[in-house]
Amino acid sequence: MTPGHDPMLEAAAVSVRIGRATLLDRVTVAVHGGETVAIAGPNGAGKSTLLRALSGDQYCSEGGIYLKGRALASFAPRDLARHRAVLSQHVNVSFPFTVEDIVMMGAGERTRDAAQALADAAIDELDLNALRRRELPTLSGGEQQRAHFARVLLQLSCGEQEHGPGVLLLDEPTSSLDLRHQIGLLEIARRRARSGFAVVAVLHDLNLAVRFADRIIVLSGGRLYADGKTGETITADLIKNVFKVETAVGYDDGRPYVLPQRMQPIRPHA
Amino acid sequence: MASRVAIGRLPELSTIVMPPKARRLSGAIVIALLLCGVLAAALLATTIGAAGIPLPRLAAVFGLNIAAGGDAAGMLARDTLVLWSIRIPRISLAAMIGALLAVSGAIMQGLFRNPLADPALVGVSSGGAFAAASAIVLSDSAWVHLQFLQTRLLPVFAFIGSLLTTVILYKIASRSGRTSVALFLLAGLAIAALANAGIGLLVFVADDRQLRDITFWLLGSLSGATWPKVASIAPVAAVALLAIPLVARGLDLLSLGEAEAFHSGVNVERLKRISILMVSAMTGAAVSVCGVVGFVGIVVPHLLRLVIGPGHKLLLPASACLGAILMIGADTLARVLAAPAEVPIGILTAAIGAPFFLYMLLRQRNLVPQ
Repeated sequence: MTPGHDPMLEAAAVSVRIGRATLLDRVTVAVHGGETVAIAGPNGAGKSTLLRALSGDQYCSEGGIYLKGRALASFAPRDLARHRAVLSQHVNVSFPFTVEDIVMMGAGERTRDAAQALADAAIDELDLNALRRRELPTLSGGEQQRAHFARVLLQLSCGEQEHGPGVLLLDEPTSSLDLRHQIGLLEIARRRARSGFAVVAVLHDLNLAVRFADRIIVLSGGRLYADGKTGETITADLIKNVFKVETAVGYDDGRPYVLPQRMQPIRPHA
Repeated sequence: MASRVAIGRLPELSTIVMPPKARRLSGAIVIALLLCGVLAAALLATTIGAAGIPLPRLAAVFGLNIAAGGDAAGMLARDTLVLWSIRIPRISLAAMIGALLAVSGAIMQGLFRNPLADPALVGVSSGGAFAAASAIVLSDSAWVHLQFLQTRLLPVFAFIGSLLTTVILYKIASRSGRTSVALFLLAGLAIAALANAGIGLLVFVADDRQLRDITFWLLGSLSGATWPKVASIAPVAAVALLAIPLVARGLDLLSLGEAEAFHSGVNVERLKRISILMVSAMTGAAVSVCGVVGFVGIVVPHLLRLVIGPGHKLLLPASACLGAILMIGADTLARVLAAPAEVPIGILTAAIGAPFFLYMLLRQRNLVPQ
């Protein structure tokens, strides 16, 4: 977390328009190596669009994305994969690959032997050893998500060996996981940040975002609403203005937590 | 979601039970076994037919004198003729067509992310056959006897027909990176119907000789196998088999979805272009020499996935082998079942393949929640 040096990933005044709809409106953010950044906001605020733009999936109508100082659009897909990896919210696999097959897909052009040690490490890290030989369709949604995260971690490790730490992008990574594995996954992501990666995650759960991220980017209506340290940014006022709900924000050891108890009561019909 | 706590402590056990290299070894064995199967099927098929040639006499043709009997010289001459000008070209052709159809089926299934895709089922073969039939009729009627269209350029027409059909199908069935299974199959049916209507129209205007040629496209048959035909599709088969490594890894990753394949470093547009070209070239080549033969492309990859898993690096070459075995077998049956007449091989593969396809549909209905 030394934002003094050049940012690892940068969105410069990015707008995304599809037809007449403006999904992102001149959003500028910069993420440095070592940082964990959460993207939050209500439905339709442009969180996923921003993440897709950062990953190279989404064409920017205006502005541009820069990865390690180089325009993202100038990377060939193969090079891009060595510098950034993406975990999607839901991956639907069309053929019955085993967990090990899926993880190995993160190895790029490397042979099985060259990637085996890194793959084993990723499988261990995600607690998947007993499921190695299971076919993906026979697993629960959360177990499948962990297998995909192991694949993404292997891709990151392979890229790291060649080019040093890169960027990890997560889109709602915890939506299908139980509490223990939610925390486990975000812990793993934080570990990557400590070793120099830039980690950006779209997270719905503000409490999880507070625990996970150093910094939070709040989007509203396609615009950047707030960008700052998580602890200082999450306030009852912000939640009221952006999410349109009344909440109580308490503090635990200096970090805010959000209690939805004070959501506006549903009034009986007048 | 049970027994998570113990999981982390069991890596040694799981590696002992299933060594990580087991599958790789089995990959080499699978290909070796299948290659032996191709040889065995080819050998068996050479001995069976209207003129039976038992193994000792077969050996004699190849210069190995095992049991030279009384009228050895006369027999040898006849056997040599039957083998070299009829049976061996036919078996080579059957093997290549089986390999082409099975590999193009497997690639198409990877490309459309759907195990039910098959070039014949979704109209790609019909498109090729329509183009070829058009070439037959139009080359006589409209222009002044462009006979070369019928021989040399027929495979090219079949290829162009297949290519156009595949591209149209892809454009219809995929939107923003997702292919809809239902839309894909229905669009395929519509395209097949349209191509068949076109073929029907050609049948209507065709004269007797042309009619016989067109019927050949519709039913599929290997009876006209000659060395020139073998030579005309051998380059396609060779190039297609050599191109397998170009698409194998990409197709594996494509099974995660187009976005995930891109995230993992696949140039998705390039992969799709190469795959569509390969499917069209292989289907077109097969259609140009033997007409429309269905279901080989569905049955073979599906059976193999059950045994060796869905990884395309092994699945594609294994499909080529098993497709060759199946096609040699089916063609031998076609020759023998109603001898001296021949059953069109397309009818035979459909009679076996269609029930299999129904079974797969039912199985998918039970497996997929929704």
